[in-house]
Amino acid sequence: MSDPLIIPAPDGAPDRQQPPVSSASEPFWEATRTCSLVIQWCRSCERAIHFPREACPSCLGTDLEFRPAAGTGTVFACSEMPAPGNPGMKGRAPYVVVLVDLPEGVRMLSSVVRSDGAEGAAEVAVGDSVRVAWEPLADGRHLPVFVRG
Amino acid sequence: MVDRTMRGAAAIVGVADAVSPTGELEGSVRALEVQVIREALADAGLTIADVDGLFSCTGPGWAASLELAEYLGIAPRWTDSTQTGGSSFEIHVQHAAAAISLGLCDVAVVVYAATPRSSFKRGTGGFGSRQALPGPTPSAEWEQPYAMRMPMGAYALAASRHMHEFGTTAEQLAQIAVDTRTWATMNPRARLQDPITIEDVLASPMQASPLHKLDCCLVTDGAGAVVLTSAERARTLRKPPALVLGTGTCHTHAMISEMPDLTTTGAAVSGPLAFAEAGLTPADIDVAQIYDSFTITVLLLLEDLGFCPKGEGGAFVADGVLAPGGALPSNTSGGGLAYTHPGMFGIFLLVEAVRQLRGECGPRQVEGAEVALAHGSGGVLSAMSTIILGTEATA
Repeated sequence: MSDPLIIPAPDGAPDRQQPPVSSASEPFWEATRTCSLVIQWCRSCERAIHFPREACPSCLGTDLEFRPAAGTGTVFACSEMPAPGNPGMKGRAPYVVVLVDLPEGVRMLSSVVRSDGAEGAAEVAVGDSVRVAWEPLADGRHLPVFVRG
Repeated sequence: MVDRTMRGAAAIVGVADAVSPTGELEGSVRALEVQVIREALADAGLTIADVDGLFSCTGPGWAASLELAEYLGIAPRWTDSTQTGGSSFEIHVQHAAAAISLGLCDVAVVVYAATPRSSFKRGTGGFGSRQALPGPTPSAEWEQPYAMRMPMGAYALAASRHMHEFGTTAEQLAQIAVDTRTWATMNPRARLQDPITIEDVLASPMQASPLHKLDCCLVTDGAGAVVLTSAERARTLRKPPALVLGTGTCHTHAMISEMPDLTTTGAAVSGPLAFAEAGLTPADIDVAQIYDSFTITVLLLLEDLGFCPKGEGGAFVADGVLAPGGALPSNTSGGGLAYTHPGMFGIFLLVEAVRQLRGECGPRQVEGAEVALAHGSGGVLSAMSTIILGTEATA
């Protein structure tokens, strides 16, 4: 497995809005400390679940576990934000928000970012292949984002 | 098996709204609520003493209908605080029609008021200054860190998907804004009354690609109310009734990332339910009020409600079908894009639909309108509710 791709926030950018941790999602966020993407699965249905829940939204079962994800995905929809969506994004616009389909069978909202450190939004289109990258968060967790390729 | 027991059992008998071309209204939210309730009851020839069903989904406290009833000094025997965003009021009409048809209440009031524009200017809240919700909501955890501009970003994702799957163009979306604005030129109460072109829409600033500023609804103050009662009692009142012929509701998600399919909404369920109950088809609709939070909202809903096949919405709207003189006159008030949009537009869809059926719309009146559709969309394409109304001739 290759080293995780870590993409820090731009110099001087304020902290993003920090994601809170719900009880069901603690393993997800703990795994991000080592840049590992894990996805919740229902062992009864053998189906992946995202966002993590206290019970499977297919069977309401609670026999759930987290498994490593491939870390790849396909862009299902995308939109470029020409201005910040909240004050924490000052200095970051324009940026791209996407829905990414993971091969595990779940969809997540995320962002496709540039991997070359250059200014401007990433070039991305519906159908593009992407892989996970990580933006460090203030508390040692990482936020999963994606890069093309 | 289609249940027809509710068809035509209840009617909207009074309507009122408060809007201003300035986008701002005087008075508190409670004052505006009371004003439109009073006016809607007067429109019907009823008084607050007749009201025994109350529907309200916003308020300062924890129990909207409870607190409003206390404020109004009434003791309703039917109460409903269902909150699904902009479609709340279509759902309220459905619930009211059900309750009235079962005899569980006789006169129902559905009301809404909000002043996001003037509140923001006063620095007392309003649009863009929402307090964070307490506790880790799924949205705070899984969407907000990515700072999608809301709500337009969510709709932009749907638009990007529709363009990718069906080749829909920005020009086709813009046509919806152009046609809606044409209606607004005939409404002296509309916030925006100057005509626009497709080029104007495409030249307006990008808000969240592919949606431009003129693809997006207004932010204004506004208030509205509708009054319902039984069809039998409706026939004794001041104005011709707008009979509730069909209703349908379906919600599919709360967050856009949980929407099952970005190009098909719950209107694909709510619409057929409403048409089946009414015994009608899309071809029977004389005038449509279709929630226009964004141009893409209208496009998706036209397809899901059955006015055109899935994926063909772009071509369907391209020749001005929604405009004055078009085959499907839509959003005749000027809609959320040009008339008013205080955050939840659904009540205004109902008010305009009723006014069209009564022939009260002056220069923008659709001649001979007998059947009207009002379709509300709440959240981020989340909660759909379809109401089909008809004149006495359709009973």
